[in-house]
This record gives sequence, C-alpha cells and structure tokens, in this order.
Amino acid sequence: MTTAQVPLHRRLGLTDDEAALIPRLLGREPNDTELVMFSLMWSEHCAYKHSRPLLGRFPTDGPRILQGPGENAGAIDVGDGVAVVFKIESHNHPSAVEPFEGAATGVGGIVRDILAMGARPIALLDSLRFGRLESARSRFLLRRVVAGIGHYGNCIGVPTVGGEVGFEDCYEDSCLVNAMCVGVVPAGRMLRAAAQGPGNHLVLIGNRTGRDGIGGASVLASTELSDDEDRRPSVQVSDPFTERKLMDCCLDLAERGLLTALQDLGAAGLTSAASEMAGKGGVGLEIDLDLVPLRETGMAPAEILVSESQERMLAEVEPERLGEVVARCAHWDLDATPVGRVTEGGRLVARAGGEVVADIPAALLTDEAPVYAVPMLPAEPPAPLDLAEVAEPADLGAALREALTRPALASRRWVYEQYDHLVGAETIRRPGGDAAVVRLPDGVRAIALGTDGAERHCQLDPRGGGRAAVCEAARNVACVGARPVAITNCLNFANPEKGSTGWRLAEVIAGMAEACEALGTPVVSGNVSLYNESAGRIIFPTPVVGMVGVLEDASMSVGHALRAAGDAIFLAGGGEPRLDGAAWLDEPRGRPEPPDLAAEAALCEFLARSADAGLLQAAHDVAAGGLAVALAESAIAGGVGAEVDLPPAPRADVAMFGESAGRVLVSARDEDEAALRALAGDVPFRRIGTAGGERLVLRACGRTAELALDEASEAWERAIPEALAA
Amino acid sequence: MVAIVRFPGSLDHASAARAVAEAGGTVAWAWHRDRELPAGTASVLLPGGFSYGDHLRCGAIASRAPVMDAVRAHAEAGGLVLGVCNGFQILCEAGLLPGVLRANRTLSFVCRQVELEVEDAATPWTAGRPAGARLSVPIKHHDGAWFGDPAEGRVVLRYAGDNPNGSQEAVAGIANRAGNVLGLMPHPEEACDPLLGSVDGRVLIAPLAGAA
Repeated sequence: MTTAQVPLHRRLGLTDDEAALIPRLLGREPNDTELVMFSLMWSEHCAYKHSRPLLGRFPTDGPRILQGPGENAGAIDVGDGVAVVFKIESHNHPSAVEPFEGAATGVGGIVRDILAMGARPIALLDSLRFGRLESARSRFLLRRVVAGIGHYGNCIGVPTVGGEVGFEDCYEDSCLVNAMCVGVVPAGRMLRAAAQGPGNHLVLIGNRTGRDGIGGASVLASTELSDDEDRRPSVQVSDPFTERKLMDCCLDLAERGLLTALQDLGAAGLTSAASEMAGKGGVGLEIDLDLVPLRETGMAPAEILVSESQERMLAEVEPERLGEVVARCAHWDLDATPVGRVTEGGRLVARAGGEVVADIPAALLTDEAPVYAVPMLPAEPPAPLDLAEVAEPADLGAALREALTRPALASRRWVYEQYDHLVGAETIRRPGGDAAVVRLPDGVRAIALGTDGAERHCQLDPRGGGRAAVCEAARNVACVGARPVAITNCLNFANPEKGSTGWRLAEVIAGMAEACEALGTPVVSGNVSLYNESAGRIIFPTPVVGMVGVLEDASMSVGHALRAAGDAIFLAGGGEPRLDGAAWLDEPRGRPEPPDLAAEAALCEFLARSADAGLLQAAHDVAAGGLAVALAESAIAGGVGAEVDLPPAPRADVAMFGESAGRVLVSARDEDEAALRALAGDVPFRRIGTAGGERLVLRACGRTAELALDEASEAWERAIPEALAA
Repeated sequence: MVAIVRFPGSLDHASAARAVAEAGGTVAWAWHRDRELPAGTASVLLPGGFSYGDHLRCGAIASRAPVMDAVRAHAEAGGLVLGVCNGFQILCEAGLLPGVLRANRTLSFVCRQVELEVEDAATPWTAGRPAGARLSVPIKHHDGAWFGDPAEGRVVLRYAGDNPNGSQEAVAGIANRAGNVLGLMPHPEEACDPLLGSVDGRVLIAPLAGAA
C-alpha cells in the first residue's frame, strides 16, 4: 500500500476503531481538519489512553493541597496564603530525535505550564537518563541535552537547581528528559485554564505560529521511535528570549488582574489550548484562524490549529480590559492578538476565509477519547542474588576509588555547572547535595526540591521500586531539613501493549501510591510517557518523582558535607544492605528489599525535627553506591576525612556498597549525641565513627578500606569529563 | 539613588535591587526605551541577563538602546556605572570600557563560585580592600573571556587560581581609566547574603548605594 492509499486516520495515528467512533459521537463524518484535531487530542500523549484508568490509584488530596491533577500544574499551600505550584513533564522522544531543541523546548513547555497558573517560575530540575557513556551516541545526547537545557533555562532566568542523571544500556535508544518547574503565587491569585464568560475575548500572546512541531504529540510522542530522520520536522524550535518576555508579560497581566483564564499552547497547539479552556469552563469558543499571526504563508487551517510553535499563551480577557492587555503586551514587545470569543454551548468552532472549518463539541476532544485496559501479564520475579557469584574485591580502598570513577556514581559537576543555578539569589542549597533549597519570596520559608527514580529496583520489583522512588525523594528532602509535602511524577515506560509493561506500570503506580499515603505526600500533577522502546531495547520502568518539601525557616537547612574534624558520624535507619539491585553491580540483579513505609516516615520526621532543633551538622541519604560512596561524597564535599566501622553484613563489599532503603548518614557535634538519640525514638540510630583527617577509613567484617581524600575527590570529579573526552 | 537599567531579557535586576536596598541605597528603574535616567540618579547599574536574547552579539543591541545615551552622558560626567555580566558586555559594546567579551575557552556555560583578587585598589569600587584582597563571588556566563589591551583601562579584579573562562591575564573586572565605570563578569548581587554562602559582593555594591 503506498502512502496515498493509507487512509488519512491511520496516517494521523488513529486506529480504525477510533476513526469509526468519531462519526458516532459527532453525528456526522468529520472533515479532514476535524480528523486532524481528533487525532492529536486522542493521542496517547494528550489523552492518556493507556494509563488513565491506573492513575486513579494515586492519592491526590490532603490538607495542604490547593490544586490536584487536572490543571496545568498542581499547587500546595506553604502557609500565609502562598501557593507553590509545580509539575514535571517528559520531552523524551523529541530529545532522542534532536537533543538540543528537544530538551530546550521541554524546559520551555513546563515553564509555561507554571506560568499558566499565574505563578512566577522560581526553580527548574531535570531528570535525565542515557545509555552508557562508552557509546558515542550517548555522549552526544548527554552533551546536547545538557546544552539545550542550559541554553533555555539560563536565558529565561529561572535557576536549574537540581535533578539527576543516570546511565544504563536500556536508555541507549530511548533517552529520558524530564523537566520539572516550580513556581510561586499568592493562592488567591492563582489562575485556571477554564474559560469563564461568553463574550470574552481570546487573546493569543507571544510568538507567531509556524509549521514547527506539527503532529509532535501524536506521531512523535505516542509511538515507538523507528527512523529518526523522518521525525525531525516534528520537533519544535526554541526561542527562550520570547519566553522570558512572555513570563514578564503574563505575570504583569496576572498581577494587574487583567486575565480571567490562561492556558499555554503545548502539545496539539491551539486545538488543545482552546478545547481545554472550553471543556473545563463548560463554554464554547469561536476562533477566526485568519486573525492568527503566522510565521509563513499558505498554512492550512489544520496546520494553524495543531502547530506546536513555542512561546505562545492563550488568555481569556473581558472586553473592557482588552485595550489594557494589548497595551501591556506592547510594553513587553509581544504580539497580543484577539483571535476569538468565548461562546455559550460548549462547541469549539474554527473559521477560515469566512467558512467554518471545524465545529466540534469541546468535550468530545478532551473527555471522550477511548480508554484502553493494558494487558496485565506479571513478570517472573527474579531469583535472589547468590553472593557467591559476585567476586569480592581484594583491595577495598581500590574498589572504592573505582566505584567513584563510574559515571553512575561520579560527581555531576560537569552537568550542573552548565546551568545557572543561582539566578534570583535565593538558592540556599546548590546542586550536588540531597535536595536543593530555594528561599521563598517572603524571605523566611524555603522549599526543598529533589527528583528521584528507582529504575533498577523497579525493573526487579516494580511494586517495591515504586515505593522506593517516592521514599528516596522524601528522604532527600528530609536530609536538608524539610518536611516532604507533595509530589509530581513522570512515569516513563515502554510500550504498555506489549509483554509485562502494562503490569509493571500498574505495580509501580500501586507502590508509589502506597508510599505517598504512608508519607502523607499526595500527587498534585504528573505526566506519562509511554512507548520508550525501540527494536531490542526496552527501558526499565522509570517513575521519576519530583518531591517538594517545606522548611519553615530557610536558615535552618542542612547540607550533606561533613563540617568539622571531631564531629560524630551516625547511621540513622535500619535497612539491611544488599547487593540486590545495587549500583555496584553492572546490571540490576537479585531481589531488593521493599522499603518499610512506616520506618521511612519515622526517619523523615526524625530528620526534620533534628534539623529544626539545629542538631545536624550534615545529613546524606545512603543511596546508589551504598554507605561507602555516601561517606565519600560527604567527605569530599566538606574536605574532611572520616573513620568509620560499618554495621555487620555478610561481606565487607556488601557493607560498603550494599543498598537498602531507609538509611541516612548523619553527622553532629559530639555533645549533641544524647539529644539526637532522644529524638530518634524507635528509629535505629547507631554511631559508626568520627569525621577528621585526610583519609577515608572504613572497617567492615574484619577488613579495612583506606583511600586518601584527595585521591577520592580527584577520581570522583574527573570521571564524567574523562568519559566524555573518550 | 541607584538607577537600574532594565532591557528585555534582563534577569538579575531584581536581585541587584535587593542588594542595593540592603546596602542602604534607593533604587529607581530605567527602561531600555527611556531617553533619560530617573531624576536624582547618582549611580547606574546595568544588571546581568540576556538582553535582546543575546541576538547578534551579547550586549550589542542593548548598547544601542535609547537609554544608553543617557548612561553614556552620566559616565562622561564622572558618575559611577557598574555593569555586571551582560551589563559588562553592554559597556564594552558601547565603547565605555575597553576590550570585548569572547566565548569561554571551554565553549560552554559555567556557573561556579570563584575567588577574585583585588588588583587596582585605587578605584572607587573596592574601597577598604587593599590590593591582593580576596573576594568570593559566583560567575555564570557563556561569553565571559575578556580580551583587549589592559592598558586602555584599569584592571580592578582578576580571577585568583584557575581562570574559569580563559580571559586575558585572568581579568575578571576592568574599569575605564577614570575609574568611574566598572564592568565585571562575576555577580556581586548574588554574594550579599550569608545564607547564599558569601557577603563579599557587598564591597562592590556599597559604592553604588553610597554614591551621592
């Protein structure tokens, strides 16, 4: 069958059944423009066709939740009427095709989601996954993705304060680029997407509309990647300068109370923005496509309706305020064009050349996409790890040095130094620690921000891994002294229609939901990215959790660096270290222990209370690389050595590099030990050593690992630059 | 009063204003289209950012903005002018300072806390700090490698230790011969708060705030 013989709906990514459903809902055959609109709005990316039934498992409500899922972003109440608004979103497929623009526009898109809530963006984080750096393609993708994120974030003046980077073979073809943005707004001034009043104007603000990004949501983000070359026209082009003006302008309009609703134009462009505004508001919209400022001539109505040209917002403006809105936009050197009106009746009507080119009840586009149950085929649980199959290193000091040179465990400085993480002068804890700390505009409170996945754990045990992702994010936030409040998440999975992926998705969601309930951190927003696979390579289930915690007093935050010789070093929390699922092994193997949720909650509360009391010199989550790597990181950051006796374990390498949820390295002044023990209560709390000297000395199972601190530091800092220089 | 000039794409104006206010100064805003500085302007600050999106060359378009005629007149009359990062680039493009800012030697953006050393202690900018004194201030730029003839101005600050961008003779900040116009790549406004790790930036903000 030649392309011309393939029916239009299939070329647009709709199934035959979906195409047959549209005339039944519409009461007539759709014209080609309408079919294009349906294909985008009913794409996996926009409609969550394969994940929606599972997402209902997440807890989404709580005393501090101001806005749960369903808006452009979620929001929490941090006190005194201040809302913190946040969301994470994927831009995986565009980044795999064109890493610089894909990553840059990913940042731009998530910033506009926050802006659409009327909030000022104050922080960005990026969670990235690539193949191993032995691969030239992975080195290229890492370089270009980091450059693209930096290019956009640096230019718009929002600090990129945190995130993570991981390297596994399974991401070789399907890299993951998840961007999280956090904003702040007085709760009473938060904007919503719902259009409110018939007769009001629809004003398109920002960039002109071109042919870039057409079909991005349906063609690029909703199927497996095959031949990259053919996809390039579907990646959008970034213009961060206009985004900055758009930020300044929209915040100005919002602060003056000139807008009744605001929506960004993202996937599916004007079609999506208009149908969301109409659908949520229970009203209709009429748009005159002849009024839309275009970047090029000869664009068809369907192209204008679904273009994903960046840096555009659609605002609802009351007629008497239109003049002021247009004048303020002119002040900011931005186009502001009334392109339509809000109407009664719920229909989305588009005109071009005086003709009606589309006339669809908005709810059909936003709410009536078919939903599919994914196959639930459980994967065989892996065999427990047989330690006898893992060689024990002869020289433990050399083993620690080698661990620190692995890209999976090494310093991320090469990444975060390319991001302006300071702009705004509110970044109290910079990248490199457990979580970033950003002071709020009141000058008193701060928020702690971190992202975590637990893909190895999820691959071996999706339920336990889902729990682990949330627990680690909570622990990271608690390590800086904050109380975890709520999460956003991005679920990165392979094709849910194949193999056990659907079951894994359900299990990960269930595990995350259990952890969110136990920790009291509801889900306020999120995104699902499916089909992250290519021939032969299926990504590990990778739920990325973006956690927000609150510090009542910004000056009480805690770092991960050892502070002073003579400080006592403790291990808080009681998980048993195992090499199952540990980063020490080349591949995920064995059965990691699922987190004990009650113990995790108690540990987080202990850390926050200890920080409130000013008892912590340092705290650091024991994560990938185990206690040895955590201790090395704290020592390197502080320029202070340490001598510790590790808790009992089957073998010295398990004691050093074994992982388990729920353990935190704590350092405190010697004289504060009793006070900390009293606060610890039932949380296991054991003194393991003392900070000081210029060496790392770890004793375990009758053996000793020794490594000079400067040697550890050099190995750890040089690993990623050297891997990239290959 | 300190006039802070805002261009489209300015990013550090708000933190600069906070630093000026904390140093006891009063802030007045100037917009890129203005033809005059606010009445009562005693000193001028050109903040960091990506004015006009760095289109053409960093600072090139801003250096020809209407407000720059007023900034030039202020400088020629001996008034203090401080350009930070993009502000430094604008001052070089406007010819108010010697040299140019080229791309960093690494060809990548760098955000890092650096140590600066006071070189020429006789300008109004480092009052109280002798030559050789160290200041800890962050840098964050892609095009920060100063290149030119140091003899055409006065080198006020150099990078101590590693030169993070490959600037000529490790120049971090240079003033005109008269000393009243200073441009520097590091961001003093982000080193005025103990919670941010350093208050050394106050040394460079104080002269602006104290100008009469």
